[in-house]
Amino acid sequence: MPVSVGNSQLVYDAIKHAGVKLVSALPETWLVHLIRMADEDPEMTLVRLAKEEEGVGVSAGAHFAGVKSAMLMQNHGFLQAINGIVGISLLYKIPLLMLITDRGGFGEKDPWQTEGGKHTRPVLDALHIAREDLTRPDEVEPRLAKAMALAQSSLSPVALLLGRDLMWEEPR
Amino acid sequence: MTIMGAVAAELYSLGHRANFFYLEHAMGLASSIGLGIALSQPSRKVVVIDGDGSVLMNLGGLTTLARSRPRNLVHLIFDNETLLSVGGGAPGGYRWFTTATSTGTDLAGIAAAAGVPHARTVRDLEEFEAAALDALNGNELSCIVAKVEAEMPTSFQMDIHMLENRFEFPRALQLEIKGGVNERKDRLKRSDGTFRATRVGRRGRS
Repeated sequence: MPVSVGNSQLVYDAIKHAGVKLVSALPETWLVHLIRMADEDPEMTLVRLAKEEEGVGVSAGAHFAGVKSAMLMQNHGFLQAINGIVGISLLYKIPLLMLITDRGGFGEKDPWQTEGGKHTRPVLDALHIAREDLTRPDEVEPRLAKAMALAQSSLSPVALLLGRDLMWEEPR
Repeated sequence: MTIMGAVAAELYSLGHRANFFYLEHAMGLASSIGLGIALSQPSRKVVVIDGDGSVLMNLGGLTTLARSRPRNLVHLIFDNETLLSVGGGAPGGYRWFTTATSTGTDLAGIAAAAGVPHARTVRDLEEFEAAALDALNGNELSCIVAKVEAEMPTSFQMDIHMLENRFEFPRALQLEIKGGVNERKDRLKRSDGTFRATRVGRRGRS
């Protein structure tokens, strides 16, 4: 599977360096290694969700209890979680670090991914959720640390969009 | 952890404490927040007070709760078979908008089938008290569905802003609080950490 193991490891290490102790997730192709790494790490609590919106609640509970967390999801997972993001994170001013694999952009070959990808940025912007792209290995660690810093200081959701150039290695 | 509406107002009217959080929106996610707390502070007992309408909005959450199986979480569901607090008990008529539990959906059955180790339905105060004490003193994820009448609280008014509650709550969870609002709870706690029964008086309604 041409999902980048090396770059997944970079992202995972950056999550750990940001102090994250709990990760909630639903799988999607680009996330397989990241979720496996969280599962295999005895220092990490992995919550396997049935639906992404639950993860917003789980992260809020972790925050109340003094634990830093992150959510791993795909575009449609983010779109699915909107009510929780508005009704918990934004309404109650709770930090939420969202790592969204950004499907549906240039290079996308799966027709079913093309719509969700198109709407992710406009919806994030409509909710005034700070977002940045992660596309290069060298920007992973600093950008993730800065995203966590902003989430914690602004008590808000923050999104990092994990791009194709970072997560996918086209088979030759 | 409570949901919004009647459940929050009723608990608040019994006496607010710093370790109470009332989720005034995001129906269905109270149990998810409770799960996040329970996993993050395994030595703390977490009680989620839920309702049938909220639980029905997040049935998948029951499966997440069951598979995560936090042994320090007690899930109380007050099932009035109605979306009372969001207008289902409005002046349009008594139990105007019922939930599916009014037509046979069995939430304790769903919880048990989801994998919650202890799930039961109770129908009177004595049964509820016994089940609640069992759950609080036990060391296992449990779910108690209490069938109650669809009755409005005397008031939905709560003299604490949700943001005040939002900042007070984590402070209470993250600090050892002596005395103050937790004093009464301490009196109900035995030296071995279990809880003793207290007489719950039936509150008069005027």
